[in-house]
Amino acid sequence: MTSLPTNPDALSVLDRPNSYIGKTVPRPNLDRLLQGRGLYVSDIELPRMAHVAFLRSPHAHAAITGIDTAAAKRMPGVFTVVTGRELAAVITPWVGVLSHLKGLKSAPQSAIAIDRVCWQGEATAAIVATSRAAAEDAAEHVAVEYEELEAVTDMSTALDPSTPVIHGSLGDNLAFERNHTAGAVDLAFAESDEVVEAEFIFGRHTGVTLEPRAVVADWNAAEARLTIYQGTQAPHMVQNIAALHLGLKESQVRVVCKDVGGSFGIKVHIYADEMATYALSKLLRRPIKFVADRVESFNTDIHARDHRCKGKIGVKRDGTITAFEIDDLTGIGPYSMYPRTSAIEANQVVNLVGGPYVTRNYRARARVVFQNKNVMCQYRAVGHPIACSVTEGLVDLAAMKIGMDPVEIRRRNLIADDAYPCASPAGLRFEQLSHHASLAKLLGMMDYDALRAEQAALRRKSIHRGIGLASFIEVTNPSAAFYGVGGARISSQDGVAVRLDAQGSVICQTSITEQGQGSESLTAQIVGSVLGVSMDRVRVILGDTDNTPYGGGTWASRGAGIGGEAALQAAKVLRKNILDVAAAILQSTPGELDIVKDNVVNVSDGAARIELNELARIVYFRPDTLPPGIQPELIATRHFVPREYPFAFTNGVQASWLEVDTDTGFVKLLKHWVVEDCGTIINPQLVDEQIRGGVVQGLGAALFEKCIYDERGQLINANMADYLVPMSGEMPDIDVGHVVSPTLETELGAKGAGEAGTAGAAAAVANAVNDALGPFGARITEIPLTPRVILKALGRI
Amino acid sequence: MTALVPLSLDVNDERVDAYVLPRLNLADFLREHLKLTGTHVGCEHGVCGACTVRINGEIVRSCLMLAVQTQNASVETIEGLSDGGEIADLQAAFRARNALQCGFCTPGMLMAAQDLLKQSSVPGREQIREHLSGNYCRCTGYQAIVDAVEATAQARVGRVP
Repeated sequence: MTSLPTNPDALSVLDRPNSYIGKTVPRPNLDRLLQGRGLYVSDIELPRMAHVAFLRSPHAHAAITGIDTAAAKRMPGVFTVVTGRELAAVITPWVGVLSHLKGLKSAPQSAIAIDRVCWQGEATAAIVATSRAAAEDAAEHVAVEYEELEAVTDMSTALDPSTPVIHGSLGDNLAFERNHTAGAVDLAFAESDEVVEAEFIFGRHTGVTLEPRAVVADWNAAEARLTIYQGTQAPHMVQNIAALHLGLKESQVRVVCKDVGGSFGIKVHIYADEMATYALSKLLRRPIKFVADRVESFNTDIHARDHRCKGKIGVKRDGTITAFEIDDLTGIGPYSMYPRTSAIEANQVVNLVGGPYVTRNYRARARVVFQNKNVMCQYRAVGHPIACSVTEGLVDLAAMKIGMDPVEIRRRNLIADDAYPCASPAGLRFEQLSHHASLAKLLGMMDYDALRAEQAALRRKSIHRGIGLASFIEVTNPSAAFYGVGGARISSQDGVAVRLDAQGSVICQTSITEQGQGSESLTAQIVGSVLGVSMDRVRVILGDTDNTPYGGGTWASRGAGIGGEAALQAAKVLRKNILDVAAAILQSTPGELDIVKDNVVNVSDGAARIELNELARIVYFRPDTLPPGIQPELIATRHFVPREYPFAFTNGVQASWLEVDTDTGFVKLLKHWVVEDCGTIINPQLVDEQIRGGVVQGLGAALFEKCIYDERGQLINANMADYLVPMSGEMPDIDVGHVVSPTLETELGAKGAGEAGTAGAAAAVANAVNDALGPFGARITEIPLTPRVILKALGRI
Repeated sequence: MTALVPLSLDVNDERVDAYVLPRLNLADFLREHLKLTGTHVGCEHGVCGACTVRINGEIVRSCLMLAVQTQNASVETIEGLSDGGEIADLQAAFRARNALQCGFCTPGMLMAAQDLLKQSSVPGREQIREHLSGNYCRCTGYQAIVDAVEATAQARVGRVP
């Protein structure tokens, strides 16, 4: 590990003798999942629970002219069938806009469509029955009359005057537009030796969480309280939104989130069918369970990407990049998603293009348009794969144009490691990045020169291998700048409460959530380290709005950096409180005492003075023996939110080594390398596995994953057999290295790591494919890189 | 729909007698009737592998099989394999290597991995990757899983990984 200098004078609470920080320790509670004894929402059953199945529109755009539910209501096991109009009596519609995304507009969306459906898969009726199977049987007997309307499917013509406007009240199909200019772009292009342009095309894809979205809503009419069991990344956000639209106070809504079978951003939103399930529980006064089936997942889980981005780069013959320009277009479906909106991805693309590089000249336009397709919104690495693929694709095209090695052009243009703090042309502030150290480390790991030699040797045997590089920056630890400033009640702060129980064990309640990243582990590692308590004595409680402090949850690579810092600060206070009591018991002073390995010890000689178990016994059961005036507080709560920097940027670089079969168009991934800098590493194994998992999701987008719609807005591959995701046989081993530049905004110094892998993987693969195809003069700027795309570029089909 | 039919089988070495609808698939029978929720349902059409169980010693996708087809069969689920200790070393290797994140694919993945380890004493990484290709994992990127299976294979033949 390469460590950039941090503040050497800081007395770190993390550098304690039995610190878990920086150590690979197994996640607590994994046995539960390894033995199949987790509790996912799809496993939950409650007394009197009914199941809901949604009848969904077969049309992309149609008026509903009639619904007849009488026959379905007579079917065995059916409690009732509820239409959109009926459900509207208990839940209000919503509009997915935020005030800081100026001009963003959307139309009111209902939990169940009332008089019009706007995408294939939008719910038109809810069938509530004793089982999902009975509900599905009855769904076949709900008669919905549709009058099909023209579907707007092609985003490139969505703004044409001849294209129908999806929501007449909005005037046009433009949801959002952002323009940004920095520096002297036209002059820079004019003074460039070469200007290269390309259009980059990104397929629509989706998250394919292995456990589909699932919710059990339980309205207790006597308590006037709704308990929502949901696999969500943001329980307090769900609490707020459910209360808002059901006419309840937040105190009337409890959100419980146990195990979650994959999220990746899919489960950070609130979907219409989830809202409908909450409302049905209130309407029918019983627990209602909704678990999406896989076809529903493909048709209703948010989709992502689906961008066409024109890019332009200017370069001098010495390799100096003079300017970037982009014109991005993305289609988001018929509604801006709620409550985070669907303009964030395009906004991020504008923010991030050119981000790793020195040039100050940058012009960008991004337009977000409505379509009659499934809704699109934030999925892992929001906007980053687009921005990174465009930027890194342009850099490689520029290098090719001037005959420069892709490494060399990056060396000459990446922001210098000693140039920080500084800001990007889009106005993003960077505290400390390490592009050059990262690149140098990557080249060493992959043995770049040897790989180039091997590539050349194999090319003589007509084996076409390619090397692709992609530098990237990554938004992590978002402050209120992400959502709060736009009026969304999505907290950017997190809280942790830590307490010592009566046997000297520690219970932490944290507002961050766990979907497998290791939130429990990192919280226990931090608290154990700061307190001087062994990790097996630390129990972490999360995912329950009744039993955790208020906070944002786990998304946008924020859990470790924000929730981790809150845990650190809370543990510091508890440690002080424990030492105050210990000093009173031991007739010492807090300064003379420390806690090491579950014992209060002397600082001077390390001798154990009192076990925490014994200290807790005295505090809880024999407080009469404490000196007068001592009131122990063996619980402490602290919250944290970044205030100095709106985002803690991380950086890194990825490389792909692959082989293209020029006869079949198949790509074989041989190896992938990543060097990234997420600051302080709490658990190296967990960070590496976040990187690897993120890379593979990016590789899926690069090679396989695409939601294919026909011209009438029908999703034609809405199942796992036809929508391809990476399988183990196709994935390469991924080597991960680190450079460590801690953020000085926190004592912990951690930035996020959950999305870095996804940010740059596709860019590295696309550049590697183009590198492999160099001798054929083929240039591809489209993903997924399917055999068809590759063979077309080669002129073979 | 037709009437309930009687069904008798062994599940995790316990005798089970039940009445089920002919259309009920084995995954739903295990989860909803026997409350063995360790068998997960990811795609319901035999692609993702999350519902993998063992029937008479062979791994099977329980979403593709009807419950009534298991008459007199011996069905083993992740709960049974865990309690019997058969895969304790494999589970320990998964834990040590963090070869699971959300854990939803894990029961099926362990079933498939144990099946490979019974067939082939020291499979290579390519062979492991190939054998597990019918089990989707969206979290890990697979490498940690391959590492854990490889380490278990080597430990079982007495090699220190």
